[in-house]
Amino acid sequence: MNILLAILVLGSIAAIFGALLGFASVRFKVDADPIVEQLDALLPQTQCGQCGYPGCKPYAQAVADGEAINKCAPGGEDTIKKIADLMGVEVQPLDESHVKGDVAQSNRPKVAFVIEEDCIGCTKCIQACPVDAIIGAAKQMHTIIIDECTGCDLCVAPCPVDCIEMRELPETIHNWQWDLTSIPVKQLD
Amino acid sequence: MVESVVERITRGHFWDFHGGIHPPEQKFLTSSKPIKQLSLPKQLIIPLQQHIGREGDLLVTIGDRVLKGQALTLSTNPMVVPIHAPTSGTISAIKMSVIAHPSGLSQLCIFLDVDGEDTWRKRELCHDIEQLTNHQIIEKIADAGIAGMGGAGFPTHIKVNRQPDINFLIINGAECEPYITADDLLMMEQSNAIVDGIKIIDKLLTPAFILIAIEDNKPKAIKALQQATASIEKIKVCVVPTKYPTGGEKQLIQILTGTEVTSGQLPIHAGIVMQNVATCFAINEAVRHDTPLIRRVVTVTGQALNKPQNVWALLGTPINFLLEQCSVQNIENENQPVIMGGPMMGFSVSSELVPIVKTSNCILVPSKVEMPSAFEKESKEVECIRCGQCSDVCPSQLLPQELQWSAKAKDHAQLKKLNLSDCIDCGACAYVCPSQIPLVHYYRIAKAEIREQQQLDLKAEKAKIRFEARKLRLEKEKIARQEKHKKAAAARKAAMNKATPEATGAKSAVAAALARVKAKKASKAQVDTPDAPADLSTEVVDDQKSQVSAAIARAKAKKQLKAEAATKLSNSSDDTNKAVDVDTVETKTTVTQQPTVDDKKAKIAAAVAKAKAKKLSKNAEVTDTDKVTDNTLADKTVAEKTVNIDDKKAKVAAAIAKAKSKALAKANAKAESLNEEKIAANNVSATVTSNVTPTDHSPSNSAQAIPEDIVVTENAENSDSKNQNESLAESTPTPAMDKKAKIAAAIAKAKAKKKLKEASSVENNDQDSV
Ligand code: SF4
Ligand code: SF4
Ligand code: SF4
Ligand code: SF4
Repeated sequence: MNILLAILVLGSIAAIFGALLGFASVRFKVDADPIVEQLDALLPQTQCGQCGYPGCKPYAQAVADGEAINKCAPGGEDTIKKIADLMGVEVQPLDESHVKGDVAQSNRPKVAFVIEEDCIGCTKCIQACPVDAIIGAAKQMHTIIIDECTGCDLCVAPCPVDCIEMRELPETIHNWQWDLTSIPVKQLD
Repeated sequence: MVESVVERITRGHFWDFHGGIHPPEQKFLTSSKPIKQLSLPKQLIIPLQQHIGREGDLLVTIGDRVLKGQALTLSTNPMVVPIHAPTSGTISAIKMSVIAHPSGLSQLCIFLDVDGEDTWRKRELCHDIEQLTNHQIIEKIADAGIAGMGGAGFPTHIKVNRQPDINFLIINGAECEPYITADDLLMMEQSNAIVDGIKIIDKLLTPAFILIAIEDNKPKAIKALQQATASIEKIKVCVVPTKYPTGGEKQLIQILTGTEVTSGQLPIHAGIVMQNVATCFAINEAVRHDTPLIRRVVTVTGQALNKPQNVWALLGTPINFLLEQCSVQNIENENQPVIMGGPMMGFSVSSELVPIVKTSNCILVPSKVEMPSAFEKESKEVECIRCGQCSDVCPSQLLPQELQWSAKAKDHAQLKKLNLSDCIDCGACAYVCPSQIPLVHYYRIAKAEIREQQQLDLKAEKAKIRFEARKLRLEKEKIARQEKHKKAAAARKAAMNKATPEATGAKSAVAAALARVKAKKASKAQVDTPDAPADLSTEVVDDQKSQVSAAIARAKAKKQLKAEAATKLSNSSDDTNKAVDVDTVETKTTVTQQPTVDDKKAKIAAAVAKAKAKKLSKNAEVTDTDKVTDNTLADKTVAEKTVNIDDKKAKVAAAIAKAKSKALAKANAKAESLNEEKIAANNVSATVTSNVTPTDHSPSNSAQAIPEDIVVTENAENSDSKNQNESLAESTPTPAMDKKAKIAAAIAKAKAKKKLKEASSVENNDQDSV
């Protein structure tokens, strides 16, 4: 009898707390960002496709579905580290097979540049640009909106007359990085 | 609360801020000498941007003569302040030049060759500011190009624009940084003008009280201002204890009012506006005397100078001119550092030609005894010993040593947690650090990195939005295209059903007529070669035609039943027989007609075959190869016959064209213009091909070379007929042709892509192979 009573009491306590916890978990549910959004926020948004996906979002989706985390060349080690943190996996070195051209090699940002006198206005580059950073119309000269260009390199290959090249952004006082050691001392004539 | 604060102030009681230091003042070097008026320098170098924000639009060009006070740039938005010619002269250059920036980088500067006459532009003096509306005053301040002269260079006209509920207007005359006495001297000499300036701001902002804060190490300035403000109840001169950095905005507010402006807040949120004394002086000049900001007081000091003193320097004066005026002892010394700004917050400049700008208040040329650290190339930094002195003196109550570690580790999240953004770069921590760690330098690097990162993040965000928008747009276009294709297919089917052989005949006549008109231009080029190598050229054209027709035939074959195709063939053979007569008579006309028909065919074939060619290619290839080899081996009669077959093909093609044209009714005009291009392209192709023909038709070649061509054509007709041209053109490289072919290829490719997305991959392959 005593045992039965004990079971009953303990059982009902367990049921009450269980219900309470269940209610709390529903009531106070934290809406976390979907993992894909979080991953996408970590990627550099260059939209270059070097990872083998047609943009950063698709790669974020793929990583969420278990794709390797080391395929984004523009993001480099930093991005891999952040993704590893988020996904709770080991940091891996950058997959070299996904590094195309020299996009990832220079630390100064690059943007595409149309050599305008050579452009025949074929509009191929516009179709290649993932962020619509090229303006122009059929048989008109095309040009790149520097501020919108992500430096993805995708417009260079389709140009039939090879008039697009990647150029480093010049250093100005607006993007200059303080550097302890290398303040240039220039003497003007 | 405001009253209690004022009560405290009148009793001479102030609050204190955390930390602070008492570095050797060294103000005696210059504080006892009056401000010197300098002779005019030979040349002024005026940077377009002298303040926070962006530069204005240039109003002058090289060679222009400008008058003193004339605007050189135009302000296009509120964050832009204009610059003015400090004296009269001629613009000799507008180019990049090193400016007063720690990076030593260049910026666009106007070079003004001074003519020495110092002629003013027309000025409108204003004797009674009561007549001006607030709006007019603010406009005058904005037009005068006044930006905060204490150091930050924030556009003043924004700061003095009317805000509700201003409790305190604080006039900052603390000038806490060692060596600098520019504001001190200005207060001594121009106290009335400064007070007039303060009155103008008072009119604009209507604060409850005006506090003028001066450190107690400037007795003469205090006296002068007390005298000038004696009659004004609202203005209180506050003598605050000397301590560095009292002049910091947040620190001074805390000293005077006891209010702590918390992290991320602006003084205006607490009902407080602060202006520098020099700015007040400039406002008075601008509003009353219509004198834009073209000069300022600069303290030229340091023990390396024989005659350190304050000078009235025109903006744009190169510092070597100032140093000459103050007899520097050994400017030749390569290692002699020249520091712009004070010893605590300044930076060494990289060129003697760096000009004075609106925010430069001091040029410091220290001797080796005075500032040994400035002469050392190598930093004497050693490891942090965690003595904690830095956090004791930090006026922002930060943890400098923690910040330093995080800055070195580039841990931006941690830096943010430690409130790096509240660091005012005062340098107090680096001053006391026994390990000689250049702490502020690390913070500056970190701040720049964080700023850069923020910009990158912004850009990434923008790229993401644009990428998504583009995806959406492509998706929409695709749906629209599919819809169109569906409609076109339906229309084609309907037209197909109607197209009986008789109708085809009639319509082909119309099509041919149309084509002939278009070909007229093109034909001229071709007429040159019709007679002598007639056989060859027709053969060549036939080659092409047979390829094209093969494609059409294939397309047809798939669409129609085999039985139907059979009847067509019999029909066409009939046609052939009839046409033989006509053709033998009109060889010449046929020749001229050929390119046209060819043209038309190429176009139609391209449109139709693109979709179907690939699937069917294998079957057709065999038959085509047979046909073509026949053609090439055949003699004149066979050539004529193929010409006729072509005629029949033209009919078939025309039938398809009609169906097409119905669907593409809207695009017709466009297609027409395209036709012309095509003709041009074909011209190239025809001529090129005829050039190459001999090799193509050498018996050993013909069997293999030609089928290859066909295979290529089958993959993506439209672009490929051009690609072929291109490859042929390469073998006979005439630049003009090359270019034409290239252009044609490019246009065709673009066109093909638009029409048929599916074909694009194939095309790309082709392009690669080309
Ligand atoms: S490789 Fe390019 S497209 Fe892929 S995630 Fe990185 S930046 Fe985005
Ligand atoms: S791909 Fe090259 S030629 Fe074509 S429009 Fe772009 S820049 Fe001009
Ligand atoms: S430089 Fe920054 S961290 Fe150092 S004492 Fe000044 S406010 Fe504090
Ligand atoms: S003063 Fe220098 S040594 Fe002392 S704790 Fe700060 S950083 Fe370290």
